[in-house]
Amino acid sequence: MTRTARRPRRTLQVAGAGTAALLALSACSSSDGSSSSEPDSSASSAGGPSGTVTVFAAASLKESFTTLGERFEKEHPGTKVTFSFGGSDSLAASITGGAPADVFASASPKTMKIVTDAGGAAGTPATFVRNELEIATLPGNPDDVTSLKDLTDPGLKVVLCAEEVPCGAAARTALDAADLKLTPVSYEQDVKAALTKVELKEADAAVVYKTDVHAAGDKVEGVEFPESADAVNDYPIARLKDARNARGAEAFIELVRSTEGQKVLTAAGFLKP
Amino acid sequence: MTDLRGSAPAHHAAASEEGLDAHLVVERGTFRLDVALRVAPGEVVALLGPNGAGKTTALRALAGLTPLTGGRLRLDGTALERTPPESRPVGVVFQDYLLFPHLSALDNVAFGPRCRGASKAAARATAAEWLDRLGLAAHAGSRPRRLSGGQAQRVAVARALATRPRLLLLDEPLAALDARTRLEVRAQLRRHLAEFEAVAVLVTHDPLDAMVLADRLVVVEDGRVVQEGVPSDIARHPRTDYIAQLVGLNLYRGEAQGHVVRLGAGPSVTTTEALSGPVFVAFPPSSVTLYRDRPTGVSARNLWRCEVVGVETHGDRIRADLTGELPLVADLTTVGAAELELHPGATVWATVKATQTHAYPV
Amino acid sequence: MTPTDDRSGAAVLAGGPAPRSVRKGRGGRGVPLPLLVPALIGLAFLVVPLLALLVRAPWRSLPDLLTSAEVWQALRLSLVCATAATAVSLVVGVPLAWLLARVEFPGRGLVRALVTLPLVLPPVVGGVALLMALGRNGIVGKWLDAWFGVTLPFTTAGVVVAEAFVAMPFLVISVEGTLRAADPRYEEAAATLGASRFTAFRRVTLPLIAPGIAAGAVLAWARALGEFGATITFAGNFPGSTQTMPLAVYLALQSDPEAAVALSLVLLAVSVAVLAGLRDRWMRAA
Repeated sequence: MTRTARRPRRTLQVAGAGTAALLALSACSSSDGSSSSEPDSSASSAGGPSGTVTVFAAASLKESFTTLGERFEKEHPGTKVTFSFGGSDSLAASITGGAPADVFASASPKTMKIVTDAGGAAGTPATFVRNELEIATLPGNPDDVTSLKDLTDPGLKVVLCAEEVPCGAAARTALDAADLKLTPVSYEQDVKAALTKVELKEADAAVVYKTDVHAAGDKVEGVEFPESADAVNDYPIARLKDARNARGAEAFIELVRSTEGQKVLTAAGFLKP
Repeated sequence: MTDLRGSAPAHHAAASEEGLDAHLVVERGTFRLDVALRVAPGEVVALLGPNGAGKTTALRALAGLTPLTGGRLRLDGTALERTPPESRPVGVVFQDYLLFPHLSALDNVAFGPRCRGASKAAARATAAEWLDRLGLAAHAGSRPRRLSGGQAQRVAVARALATRPRLLLLDEPLAALDARTRLEVRAQLRRHLAEFEAVAVLVTHDPLDAMVLADRLVVVEDGRVVQEGVPSDIARHPRTDYIAQLVGLNLYRGEAQGHVVRLGAGPSVTTTEALSGPVFVAFPPSSVTLYRDRPTGVSARNLWRCEVVGVETHGDRIRADLTGELPLVADLTTVGAAELELHPGATVWATVKATQTHAYPV
Repeated sequence: MTPTDDRSGAAVLAGGPAPRSVRKGRGGRGVPLPLLVPALIGLAFLVVPLLALLVRAPWRSLPDLLTSAEVWQALRLSLVCATAATAVSLVVGVPLAWLLARVEFPGRGLVRALVTLPLVLPPVVGGVALLMALGRNGIVGKWLDAWFGVTLPFTTAGVVVAEAFVAMPFLVISVEGTLRAADPRYEEAAATLGASRFTAFRRVTLPLIAPGIAAGAVLAWARALGEFGATITFAGNFPGSTQTMPLAVYLALQSDPEAAVALSLVLLAVSVAVLAGLRDRWMRAA
């Protein structure tokens, strides 16, 4: 990478460092016990994971990861899982900026690449789930939307994610694959914003992730479309190189990729890798 | 002369309904203003009273800026109680003039005629005429902040008169001026008021302003009229301590028996008038003579032992504030005061000649 | 652009007349340290982030960005919408400020608090609230749609509405403060000269409070120009109709942070130029 490209990232790092400092403060008190036991590796290997595991995860993982976090704490008494959910981009920026995270679960390989390029990941990231696009329509699908092509009806108000964010890029891929030209009323800043427009009935339809439709319950109705297969989004997960609690991080990733973990994730609408 | 001035307006008002006929009642919390006013066209009445007496409230009620809670207000036979201020034929000169700072003197004066429906050109012509009449033609284009105090006051008068009001109200019209300007402006204002053909009411706490500018005084204390009449009459026969102080008189209330007025259980004052029943008795501070020791060659009448409370310079004279048998103020020359060695706490004897006192029925 | 430009821009944002009195003052001489030190810290706190933006700006790619039609489109839309929102705020905000300052009515304190509410409301929440009120399915918007066929979300008018919602409190507070400081007796004087309450307001009060209105309008304009949350939530984001500069900056930040910095600079430069120009021509006259 060139020098000029590195500059703006450093402005982001300043913001990331602020978050990092806050996280470090909150992590300090609880990790004190574990750090004192760290030099004694035999003791920790015998007792399994302990202390606080800090997980940075994409916003779409909030519900399922929170559930998994609780299970993890129950299975490994004495542990605590702290989450920071957010846009994958900003999380990646925080991590490269020095935020003290143990695990990073991203919504796209592209954002994970930011971390791996900076040498932040330990080992190769693994895809643990995939997310597929779906059309969210008003409850009862009053406009009879059955395909991606139906969305090109000029009488319909459709919102897409902006192409700068993963769901928008995926929607673009799907539309290109179907060779469709769709002019939305708005390019929303993230998938939740796009979904909100349909939930509030301001838009008639939105192209969002299956998991988002799932999370919205009966406020929207999901319509599957075949072109979504061309725009499936892989979710990679990795332990970070600077993880303070490497053992805890590995154990958490293990839980996410286990049958039990996959059951929770697919229940939320994710596809198996 | 007193009679002439006093009876003419009354006669006028009775003949037609012209002029002001008001009974102003304004209640606000514990304060109650209850003032009756009858003023004939061409007459200038001053509401005189201490601060907080309700003078300004009365003026605001006349202008419609403070609603009446009772009473009545008729001007030239028309009831105005419910008329909003902008529809009353009233002009007001405010204490600090309240000239609109963003408008020139001309536009300030033209504001009223313009609001009352005149065209822009006509309003400006009227305004120019008024400014000219008040000797301000040269300042027509000036913003208020460029005008001197006296000029601003005249612009305010011109502005109030330009709407040709049937009732002109002036709130402490000279209070904002320094002493030197005041003398000059007072004389000018007197001339303009004399020319004014409708009713003029001015509010002041300065007795001199009131006496120079007004034909008749209405003294207001604590929301009530305590005395009214022509200035000379009020000056001679004050009925309250406030008025007596204003006009510089020692005033007492007592019971007259012939030439002697007994002031409660205390001392008595001998006067030239022979009266009986409740009376006021008054004498000016300058008529008091002070002695360090009890004078021997003087009759015992009107002789009181007093103690000096304070001494202050009053122009070229010294005014001594005394308590004792009879609280009073006495004026002395500087030399006299020095000879007496007046200082707070000193004991003196005060005496007044009966011919200098003045008694009148309550 | 130099740091000095930034400073004058910040001063204009702070409300106008301030820079004049600073210039009139005695300069650095005799300024007590307990005031000077925090003042300089405060200044640095405001200016350093802007300086950082300048230092880290991708100057080499700036010419390309500045010739991009999309950037100009977003910039033009920002200026048009911020100005329209300021105009809307003036038309309804000044009378509202007058009402709050001059007319006593029950619940005035509550109304005043309600007026300032958009200041504390997170703009995104403000946007959602606007959708619920004026959206196609909103409690008022439903009727706008049914009776006039007007829907505000996803339109340029929607951008103006969102910006006015967020910016108007600044104007109302500023104008109300000026009105309270202004002597109400001028209105009484006008009334005794035959002016109705409206005439008195128009011909006397309005000119008297013009500097306060100007300061309030500048604040509102600046706030509207930088508005992001309520705009993207209520009006959405579509190039040419609803994508203002802050939205373009935010989305650029997702994929190309360098471009985002450059776009911010453009917005910054234009606002500083406009505000400084206004101060010289308009605020000084007032």
